[in-house]
Amino acid sequence: MHLLAMNRSLSVDPWLALKRFTPARIAMGRAGGSLRTVNLLDFRLAHARARDAVHAAFHADAIRGQLNEAGLDFAEVNSPVTGKQDYLLHPERGRVLTEESTAFLASKAQEWGERDIVVVISDGLSAIAAESHAVAVAKGLHRELGETFSFYPVVIVPYGRVKIADAISDVLGARMAIILLGERPGLGAKDSLSAYFTYKARNCSVDSDRNCVSNIRPGGMPVPWAVRKLSVLMRESFRIERSGTALKDRLTLDDLQRALPLADDEGKLR
Amino acid sequence: MNSTTLEIAGKHWTFNSLKELMGKATPLRSGDVSAGCAATCDEERVAAQMLLADVPLRLFLDEPLVPYEKDEVTRLIVDSHDTAAFEPVKNLSVGEFRDWLLEYGTGPEALTALAPGLTPEMVAAVSKICSIQDMILIASKCRVVTAFRDTIGLPGCLSTRLQPNHATDDPKGIAAAMLEGLLYGCGDAVIGINPATDSVPMMQELLKLIDELIQRYHIPTQSCVLAHVTNALEVMRLGTPVDLVFQSIAGTEAANSVFGVNLNVLEEAYDAALSLRRGTVGQNVMYFETGQGSALSGRGDWGVDMQTCEARAYAVARKFKPLLVNTVVGFIGPEYLYDGKQIIRAGIEDHFCGKLLGLPMGCDICYTNHAEVDQNDMDVLMTCLAAAGLTYQMAIPGGDDIMLGYQTTSYHDIHFIRQVFGKRPTPEFESWLKEMDLFDARQRFINHTGNNHALIGYEQELER
Repeated sequence: MHLLAMNRSLSVDPWLALKRFTPARIAMGRAGGSLRTVNLLDFRLAHARARDAVHAAFHADAIRGQLNEAGLDFAEVNSPVTGKQDYLLHPERGRVLTEESTAFLASKAQEWGERDIVVVISDGLSAIAAESHAVAVAKGLHRELGETFSFYPVVIVPYGRVKIADAISDVLGARMAIILLGERPGLGAKDSLSAYFTYKARNCSVDSDRNCVSNIRPGGMPVPWAVRKLSVLMRESFRIERSGTALKDRLTLDDLQRALPLADDEGKLR
Repeated sequence: MNSTTLEIAGKHWTFNSLKELMGKATPLRSGDVSAGCAATCDEERVAAQMLLADVPLRLFLDEPLVPYEKDEVTRLIVDSHDTAAFEPVKNLSVGEFRDWLLEYGTGPEALTALAPGLTPEMVAAVSKICSIQDMILIASKCRVVTAFRDTIGLPGCLSTRLQPNHATDDPKGIAAAMLEGLLYGCGDAVIGINPATDSVPMMQELLKLIDELIQRYHIPTQSCVLAHVTNALEVMRLGTPVDLVFQSIAGTEAANSVFGVNLNVLEEAYDAALSLRRGTVGQNVMYFETGQGSALSGRGDWGVDMQTCEARAYAVARKFKPLLVNTVVGFIGPEYLYDGKQIIRAGIEDHFCGKLLGLPMGCDICYTNHAEVDQNDMDVLMTCLAAAGLTYQMAIPGGDDIMLGYQTTSYHDIHFIRQVFGKRPTPEFESWLKEMDLFDARQRFINHTGNNHALIGYEQELER
């Protein structure tokens, strides 16, 4: 790469200073009218990494280990999805539980009794995101909300879509479900986690019943901020006994920064 | 249509309705398979295409695929059909229609005159039996010209939408990307921002930002913030400078209701934008986006295949004489269009169907990271569409949209097209680029040294 950087015949754009206003790929210069080699390969690398992130296998044992370390109980269930391609082609299969898992959870429901919150963890479209941030968010929610609300064991489900939390919550009879799952990797970030929570999530719940906090990652919405935001919103949701479009997010960035400066061990900025 | 059967080597392929025949004749795509309307094997698909080739075009007028009583898009299609324009092809079958379109004698004038006589279902049907080269050739013979502050779609032109999106709508970030786009000679179709939020005040701020730049440098182009049509109505009421009204549309009433629109609200917005009379060389004030799979994802497909639903969206667009229509072909994801092969074919079909129906078709030649597709597929689609006479494509920094999280064509890509195909921006915009001393007669960059260019003054203000 350094050889290319030494090629002085390629011009530098006079508006190079504008790069500081946007992370967009501006002021890259050109070869004729085309992309310079360095930028062509840089783009190709970003896409390759995003592709690899989409196809990366989900290591449920990594999640188990982190949950054990955090002292959180867990259970594991499955959707009928058979593999990555099946998952990508058939979103509806990632939204339901297998019959076995439904029966398993039904038996667990009796053992656990009725509780307030079920946290669900899935790889979604980025296993890396789930493995990197999901347990930290789950742990933070227990810390913030654990004194007021009772939690079910965390439910791990590979190849889940957002709606599978409705199915899980439906069987358990939970008051609230929150699913933490990897977002579709972009060229810029491949480890973004999303959190969707639904008050009284049931099989009949729809998208407008949910609230979402997205882009959870260092450099995006750091974990401590996400936990803060989620716990405020979830408390409010319990109070008004609704979620979704009825629940408005009025927290500003300043609120988050004041509440939790980024010194927290889980929220290191890059 | 009664049940129809084709025997091939002792095997009988039977199709029970026109809708079933259309679905099964469609080249393979993942969304149709999931929806259950696709052929079960390749041989069945070709059998359906063979039978579809013998279907008379008139049958599509007599047998709507979506019920007339239950769908306002069907009513629009049937009620606005121009029988006089249909005259030259009224006795042809789908297969004969393909042959007619390919005749040397079928030129731009004939195709322009025919457009009001064609329905979306007719053009969808013929596309299903066409090869890619057929669709490129036929589309390249279509002429669709629209205008607002410049004239889009003239022969030899390929325009660009400058798309300077920013993840938080930061005005300086948007301005920086917008400035670079202009310096790359992009933006003659529209300068159009996808806003990060539904905020009305933010939409007003962005519209003012583009409008001030356009006015200050007398740029012959138009602005658009791609928010919901009801937001556009709101900001027009507030007196904000709106050039084009944007809306995503689909091919059925049910699917449009998922987008929160119907023909009435589109009509209201169309009238409101027209009444502003902001166009200088024309009054095409609408900008629509579409894409195969939108009706299916909103469960508004009536069991009709994705590509036919998409063509029906063009009937909605056509009613409002748009400046620009754009199929966002690769945005929807692999559960609808799985890979590069499916996206490439779909993009070429959409452009072909839109052009035959008389629309100024552009294409967002794009993909997401969870589909089996990469830049090479985009280069192939871009090259095919330039050959087919595409009206416009997107232009963004480095092909990487940091707001929408997908990849589309870049500022650099249009220079590839200009060099290989000799394509030019609109004549008004080309004159402006010449006045600004940015490009030479061959649309090649003039190298400026130092910071003496007029647009660099804008840059220096940004930096303050």
